[in-house]
Amino acid sequence: MLVPLSENRPISSAEDVVAVRQAVRQRAVDLGFNLVDQTKIVTAASELARNTLQYGGGGTLRIEEVIEGTRRGLRLVFEDNGPGIPNIELAMKDGYTTGNGLGLGLSGAKRLSNQFEIQSRPGEGTRVAIVRWR
Amino acid sequence: MERIPILKMGEYLLVTIQVDMHDRLAMSLQDDLTSRIVSARAKGVLIDISALEMVDSFIGRMFGDIAAMSRVLDAETVVVGMQPAVAITLVELGLSLPGVRTALNIERGMDLLRGLTAARGRDDAGSA
Repeated sequence: MLVPLSENRPISSAEDVVAVRQAVRQRAVDLGFNLVDQTKIVTAASELARNTLQYGGGGTLRIEEVIEGTRRGLRLVFEDNGPGIPNIELAMKDGYTTGNGLGLGLSGAKRLSNQFEIQSRPGEGTRVAIVRWR
Repeated sequence: MERIPILKMGEYLLVTIQVDMHDRLAMSLQDDLTSRIVSARAKGVLIDISALEMVDSFIGRMFGDIAAMSRVLDAETVVVGMQPAVAITLVELGLSLPGVRTALNIERGMDLLRGLTAARGRDDAGSA
């Protein structure tokens, strides 16, 4: 996968989550995503950025334009150095939450993406990467 | 501090969300609306989200909470103007806004509110 463009964004406040949504929207527009696809990746980004802030204690987002063969897309990589997720399978379940949300963040973001990867170790943090193709 | 304005129109409250809300702003809207329903003796709340380009699980939950709180306070809430792309995404996210009444636009939302509050009035008269 080629990565012609990449930018980093901090996620350390509620305002940063809004800035992330706007930055992802702009990249999706630049890449020629249609309105529904823009909305899907922005919404997935919002869920994952909130997770990074709330559960990871803050972190970063890397926004990448990616090319694979003839298709182009957006890859978003969220990383934190928080407490990590002890049971990923459980955390991916609809409705499961250790906070006070609806428990749709991870599972919902996965449904809104074409590719979804999560790595996490207790005490070492969490990394979630999603791709949405145009 | 930044606030979403709440307008009073007769016995209804009207909120038009025109900014990309961060979570604290959404929470303060929920608190402000709950207080205003009581202080204005409002019978209904109309929330216009036609300018919102995204509704995630946090904002979706806020609509559900506002609807539930207003019902407990003897008022009805209608959310109007959701963009089609937002609706498609919300359902795929896994959220169907149970308990939240919706209408296509402000006009239909006002009609719905009038109908709902009139029905409430009749129920009250019937049970008295």
